[in-house]
Amino acid sequence: MDRFGFSISKGRQIDYDANSRHIAEFISEREPSFRVCIECGCCSATCTTGNFTSFSLRELQILMKRGENEKVRENIKKCMLCGKCTLVCPRGVNTRNVVTLARQAFQKFPANAV
Amino acid sequence: MQFDPFVIPFNIGLYFILIYAVVRSVIWFNDLSRPDKLRLQRGFFGKTFGQSIKEIFLESLIHRKILKSNPRLGYMHMSLAFGWFLLILFGTIEADVFGAHHLNAPYKSIFFKFFNPEHGRAGFEAAYSFLMDLILAFILSGLLLAVIKRFSSKVVGMKKTTKLRVLDKVALTSLWLIFPSRLLAESFTSGAYGTGSFLTGSLGSVLASFLPAQEMAYPFWWLYSLSLGTFFILLPLTRYMHIPTELFLIFARNSGIKTGDQPGAFREIQIYSCSSCGICIDACQLNFSAGITNIQSAYLMKGIRNNENVSDIAFNCLMCGRCDQKCPVGIELTPLRMLSRRAGETVESEQTILKKYFPDRKSVLPARPAADPSYTFLKQYEPAKTDVIYFAGCMTHLTPAIKNSMVAILEASGVRYNFLDEMGGVCCGRPLMLAGQDREARELINHNSQLIWKSGAHTLVTSCPICYKVFKESYYLDVEVLHHSQFIKNMIEDGSLKLNFLRRKVTYHAPCELGRGSGVYDEPKDVLRYVARLQETGFEDKNSLCCGGSLGNIKISSRQKSMIAHDVAAELTKDNPDILATSCPLCKKTLAAATTTKVADISEIVADAIIKPAIKKKLTEPAGKVKMQADFQN
Amino acid sequence: MNKHVVVIGGGVAGMEAAGQLRKTGFEVSLFEKEEKPGGHLNKWYKLFPDRRPSSEVKEYLDNITSGEGIKIITGKTIEKIVQNKNQFHISDKEGSEYTADAVIVATGFDLFKSARKEEYGYGIYDNVITSADLEEMFRKGSITLVNGRTPETIGIVHCVGSRDEKMGNLYCSKLCCVTAVKQAIEIREHLPSAKVFCFYMDMRMGGAYYEELYREAQEEWGVNFIRGKVSEVSESINNRLVIKSEDTLAGKPLKMLVDMLVLMAGMEMSEEGLKLGDSSGLKRGDNRFFSPADHHFGSNKSNLKGIYYAGTCTMPMNITETISHARAAVMDVIEYLKES
Repeated sequence: MDRFGFSISKGRQIDYDANSRHIAEFISEREPSFRVCIECGCCSATCTTGNFTSFSLRELQILMKRGENEKVRENIKKCMLCGKCTLVCPRGVNTRNVVTLARQAFQKFPANAV
Repeated sequence: MQFDPFVIPFNIGLYFILIYAVVRSVIWFNDLSRPDKLRLQRGFFGKTFGQSIKEIFLESLIHRKILKSNPRLGYMHMSLAFGWFLLILFGTIEADVFGAHHLNAPYKSIFFKFFNPEHGRAGFEAAYSFLMDLILAFILSGLLLAVIKRFSSKVVGMKKTTKLRVLDKVALTSLWLIFPSRLLAESFTSGAYGTGSFLTGSLGSVLASFLPAQEMAYPFWWLYSLSLGTFFILLPLTRYMHIPTELFLIFARNSGIKTGDQPGAFREIQIYSCSSCGICIDACQLNFSAGITNIQSAYLMKGIRNNENVSDIAFNCLMCGRCDQKCPVGIELTPLRMLSRRAGETVESEQTILKKYFPDRKSVLPARPAADPSYTFLKQYEPAKTDVIYFAGCMTHLTPAIKNSMVAILEASGVRYNFLDEMGGVCCGRPLMLAGQDREARELINHNSQLIWKSGAHTLVTSCPICYKVFKESYYLDVEVLHHSQFIKNMIEDGSLKLNFLRRKVTYHAPCELGRGSGVYDEPKDVLRYVARLQETGFEDKNSLCCGGSLGNIKISSRQKSMIAHDVAAELTKDNPDILATSCPLCKKTLAAATTTKVADISEIVADAIIKPAIKKKLTEPAGKVKMQADFQN
Repeated sequence: MNKHVVVIGGGVAGMEAAGQLRKTGFEVSLFEKEEKPGGHLNKWYKLFPDRRPSSEVKEYLDNITSGEGIKIITGKTIEKIVQNKNQFHISDKEGSEYTADAVIVATGFDLFKSARKEEYGYGIYDNVITSADLEEMFRKGSITLVNGRTPETIGIVHCVGSRDEKMGNLYCSKLCCVTAVKQAIEIREHLPSAKVFCFYMDMRMGGAYYEELYREAQEEWGVNFIRGKVSEVSESINNRLVIKSEDTLAGKPLKMLVDMLVLMAGMEMSEEGLKLGDSSGLKRGDNRFFSPADHHFGSNKSNLKGIYYAGTCTMPMNITETISHARAAVMDVIEYLKES
């Protein structure tokens, strides 16, 4: 960006072309229901962890889909896998598997931090 | 000296397998933890010895449990195992009594007919030959069943092996050849000498009428010996390893050794004790309700034996424990699966033949890499002092009817209680454990333990069987842990809770984690009997079904869960009960979405039945709600 | 002799079909399970998008179905249709039989039973009500809590039982959004000081003047819209309702105390329709509604010749669509009876 003589502060935008969506791909290959989320926010509203922190599974999922992985890497650990989100999801997203796979993916691709 | 070169393959095989079994047993024994070693020693030389021998006779030979659950399959197993045992036993006696010497080498009894072709013409000898033929016929009938079974139905075991396929086939073929070749060898010899009883004698004389029996016999004696030898040598590489392993398992189990939460020799012993009989597949609801047919315990055991990556199999399971109950060998299948879950992804490794004979024990389960603590955001606080803690559990917050009913019951029973997670609590840790993440679970357990300890409560009541199991097993708490069904029963029995009889027909669905998981079958049903008419279903106690909503399975889709739930709901409402009762918020939610019959937790039914006190509550001493009282105390 | 057509279901679709059939000269029998015809229209106070009284539509329907040529038989639930050559034998719950030359099935919809969504607490918490309950309050002219007080904050939950895999309904009921907006405005009309919050997943305002109504609700009535599905409801100590949602646009969990919560129950295939369809061999889709022979040019045709569908027994529809659909069914009946 800097080379072109102007700058947009990096935190402002999703650089969709530069971002790598390998984590999201890893998950949706193994858990296709990851793709059907409609961002209703049910999961994060009922979330046990969300009671204590700003953890939002809905947000983490969309961030992974956009390749904004770094915020997810640290936060995905906070999930307690209690399963309330799976129970309330109107789309039948298998959220517990999504979280488990995301954790796996982040362990598998530690170097891919953008 | 009675000897012929054809006995050599048999001798090699026999001595090989005997030595191998001893060596492998020594390795297993060595790998046991110290306490387990002591247990086994005490068990072997103690009073459980007789029990083990009895169990070996009943289960390894007669196959009583399989006979009970599937008579045809049981007969097949029994005829092969028990029949072969009888054949060896009476063969040895035969050689000892009728042979040239006493105390013969094994081959002389196995090939008795070859060395004593004139034996069995008349009198007692003929009667004995009749017995031997009868045993052989018994075995052959079972073998026939086995052959039919393999070619006519989907059978476990031989489905998706890679390199082993050839070996398994060779072993299977050699096993199948053993008894037919013995039959033919004995028949030809009998035909040539005019001996033999109803089976070998008759067949022999028929064969001899158009074939040169004398010349034909010898190749079949070779075939008999070769197939025995081959089978013995390949046995450790195939599922037939279960035959010797099961003996070790029975002794170990009767000595009190359990799977525990660490992998070790007992895990390996159990894995090799699986005979792939397939009873677990029949018991599995994923199989008969959701059409998932490749993840059952037999496949898990097989995958582990073959060093495959079994993580997909390991995680695709409801952990309902139905297969544990049905396994005729008594393998602790669900605890074994938990071990595989803890390991996470396993690496599929190439196996040399030598490694197949002596699996690499240390690399069986690699430890997962250590991670930073995940739940540092949890902050301790001072809960109100109380006698009874009510912990609703995460799921209960999605079933407000249960939550409200429990509050009503606690109020009515007059105990001093604190609703610990009224505003939403911390997960109990069990869901993480089910996902194989014990270390993370431990963080939550510690957090909750401290809160409970600080409250000074002597009793912990929970509405969720998932919480109940982990509170009971993995928390080190100095409090009495009760599921609400147990608590309600206590309250009814000591007169604190007065209930009306509701005149409703009720069937009861036992939740997996409460029933098979924790052994609480009776209390919920007792409670229901106080307030309603409890009807039996075809799926009581140990045979109860899983609702399909289990947190144990993190792989299946919600559609598949719903398929299971619909089947279960249909089964349990067959006799048109007014209410399908359960004692788990998750079961309730899952089943309620699958039937039009009213589904209710027992707490709801009880809360409905509470006899309202004649005097208004405000006039009596405030019973529950300790928050105010606690202020006075502190 | 005039051909005789039986119409099953005396709601909007059934009444319209019956009226149109008579115009073309057929003898019509209209069966209604309730004591009077009108269906859900009887329960609704005002209609979207123009908030005209539902009684006006009812009046129109009553007019076209009264008089000679239409026999309205109420209090009868039809359970089975059997075809015998060109005759249809129709039997009701009590076992009485009727015959017809053609049949129009207009069994309509049921409102989703909101108690099934336990986490919303319908039937558990006093002040959780459904859209239908609210209409009843409008009709009576008073919106009150169970304790008689007037609510100050009211939440409206969209998509209750619609677009919900857990409830077995993947489809959008498509009328709940506009109903929510209409009811939000009416609440504000009745209670000018009340605050109203709509919790939605998506605003689906795809009908004529729906979007305009949405805009009016925001602009003139100050209705608040929060994008997030409510996941959990509990009761506070002073009997208010605590709702948990995520404000997905703000990206933060949202907790709110309301006095009353209105559930926008979706539309489901009616129980009577299910029974009738299954006993008569009428095909149904995955969404459990009757499945028309062709979704583009045969939306009234069933899989059995001589039996036609009208209205919401095939999919969620508003009144305008229902009336058009019913007229189209009549066209099919005319064509069929001409042939036979």
